[in-house]
Amino acid sequence: MTAASATMTDIAPPSEGAEKYEEKAFGFWIYLMSDGVIFALLFATYVVMLGNTAGGPTGKELFSLERAAGETALLLLSSTTFGFAAVALAAADRSRVLLWLVVTVALGAGFIFLEFGEFSGMIAQGAGPDRSGFLSGFFTLVGTHGLHVSIGILWILVMIGQVLIKGLTRPVASRLARLGLFWHFLDIIWVVIFSVVYLPGVL
Amino acid sequence: MDASGLPVERSITPYLIGLGLAVVLTAISFGLAATGVLPRTTTIIVIAVAAAIQILVHLRFFLHINLSTTPRENLIALAFAALLICIMLGGSFWIMFDLYHRMMV
Repeated sequence: MTAASATMTDIAPPSEGAEKYEEKAFGFWIYLMSDGVIFALLFATYVVMLGNTAGGPTGKELFSLERAAGETALLLLSSTTFGFAAVALAAADRSRVLLWLVVTVALGAGFIFLEFGEFSGMIAQGAGPDRSGFLSGFFTLVGTHGLHVSIGILWILVMIGQVLIKGLTRPVASRLARLGLFWHFLDIIWVVIFSVVYLPGVL
Repeated sequence: MDASGLPVERSITPYLIGLGLAVVLTAISFGLAATGVLPRTTTIIVIAVAAAIQILVHLRFFLHINLSTTPRENLIALAFAALLICIMLGGSFWIMFDLYHRMMV
């Protein structure tokens, strides 16, 4: 911790504020845990609603394994590239931080592009969230995750701006650390989504 | 996750290990679902186990959770969230599927 702090281009005295960042990291961790509870309930709703297709299309007719695999690959790679950005940050290498953040945003945008295409295609063929309880559960669960990813992309863009304008100061570094927790957390939720929604859905 | 609230990981190795393990586990799940070589129930069990392992892989190699350097309060929060999730999932399924069977008979 001390070695890493020393490499940060910090203007504040080294002892100042260390506790503040620990508290923020812990507070954000609590938020992520509560977000996990929200997702767990959305998963429970989806599974309970699974059979309620009201004569409408089922997952087998709607889900594309290729598209789900593409989304999975993009999100997993973006999680890894965010990790590379965090390593560059620990080494105080500003241009590499920016490079990997841009790559992460591009991969995340690719994920949203695929998901948007999936949703609009389903709605166009009359399989929107209003069609059945099953589809309401599906759009609520996967849509909430997609919303989180979209907010994550916005947050990364803001942080790219902050790194460009403010440089790798300690507040910026601590924000990037929390953003990393958020981004990796979303990938964990996605693992559960493809394991609960898409893969059993096509069986 | 580190107590300092700052990124301290200095090597990309954990991320590459995490990526490798995640790719293998994801490929097992997608492969079984795509080919359907195993019976349906077995496939779902394997997918569930692979997902549980992959969550642990992500926690360990991407979020850097471990039992020695991760602050105790973070681990307690994680364990508590896991307990809440088990109670709420288990309770929801118990009640809703019991209700479903009672309505069907």
